[in-house]
Amino acid sequence: MNTHNLTLLVIVAEALLKDRLIHSIREAGAKGFTVTEVAGEGSRQRRVGELLGDNIKIEVIVNREIADRVLVVLQKDYFPHFAVIAYLSEVQVVREEKYV
Amino acid sequence: MVLAFAFGIVCRLIKSELAIPRDLYTSLSIYLLFALGLKGGVELSHSEWKELFLPAIATIVIGCITPISSYLTLRHLGRFSIADAAGIAAHYGSVSAVTFIATEKFVLANLGEGSVAPFMPTLLTLLEIPGIQIALAIGVLGLAKSNASKETAPGTPDSVSSRRSMGAIWHELLTARSMVLLVGGMVIGIIVGYDGFASVKPFFDKGEWMFKGALTLFLLEMGLVAGSRLSDLRRAGIFLIIFGIVMPIIHGALGVYLGSLAGLDAGSCTVLGAMAASASYIAAPPAVRMTLPEANPTFYLTAALAITFPFNLLFGIPLYFRMALAIGGT
Repeated sequence: MNTHNLTLLVIVAEALLKDRLIHSIREAGAKGFTVTEVAGEGSRQRRVGELLGDNIKIEVIVNREIADRVLVVLQKDYFPHFAVIAYLSEVQVVREEKYV
Repeated sequence: MVLAFAFGIVCRLIKSELAIPRDLYTSLSIYLLFALGLKGGVELSHSEWKELFLPAIATIVIGCITPISSYLTLRHLGRFSIADAAGIAAHYGSVSAVTFIATEKFVLANLGEGSVAPFMPTLLTLLEIPGIQIALAIGVLGLAKSNASKETAPGTPDSVSSRRSMGAIWHELLTARSMVLLVGGMVIGIIVGYDGFASVKPFFDKGEWMFKGALTLFLLEMGLVAGSRLSDLRRAGIFLIIFGIVMPIIHGALGVYLGSLAGLDAGSCTVLGAMAASASYIAAPPAVRMTLPEANPTFYLTAALAITFPFNLLFGIPLYFRMALAIGGT
């Protein structure tokens, strides 16, 4: 099978940010994404709480350029005050044109 | 029913694994808010609009005063940061629907049927938003000013540029679950009137077993949440604890007083007082978290839920009732 290398960007954030993050991702040029509800704890020790919901994980497969654009937005608008992490890894996909 | 709340706290204290599923909590709050709006609308369909005028003005005045008094107290007496003070003020400026329901029940039990004006749920919706808006505006403007005077160093994130527009915040508050359910229920109630309501009365009426049972379960959940916040009390500090008790008493007295000025009877004055005294925990937390992320959620959630809500439930409501009787609302 013919595969292409693309970047998988994973963002884990407080659930409240879902719509805003999706908006930012779309704006950066991503064509699709997957959201799952997740739970966990990080360096801030506790989540914002029962009333504000759990965490979400957003997975996006994009090229490196778009991933960087999203990271810049995260760095500017989200990292300072919200519970958010993001990481990149390389993945192999078929049908590259679906993603970029 | 207060016992269910206390039971929830006890469950947390003995570290029971009991937890109300999040979806049930959401369902219960949808049910309670919708029932509240529906019944309010049905009552409205039979009352005079002009009776509503003065109490509505009084409510809006309360909605404008409580966030400002809370902010000033926190900022200048409590020495909280701008964001924290504004975040907490947004909660105290808004209103808690469950406190409203509990107060209404208390008054009805003491003074009997018809002792609370039928349009009170309308006032509840009026009070929900202005307080949050005013406190958020104070916070956003205050932060912008202090950032400008500090001449933000290069490299530090300029949170003002990424601040959401007031339009977006308005949209969010007006379309928030609590608002949509209350207003939507009310409109349906006005349209169907008593006759239409009769067919769903056993399910939605506040006097029926279904509503009371749902409220009891909801209070149990509130107790669980409050209980898990108790450990945060130490972090919140003594000032916030005092604030969470004294501020409601002041706001409650204001609400009772303005209610009597607006010509409300003693029962309705009590409800208005409790509304002014209560702190929101459905509409306010997400709005504050999104708009003023600098504010520490531990402060506002703990104050609203672990201090003020139980205080009002146990001591506040009877106190506002006494005030209302003493002032002898018309």
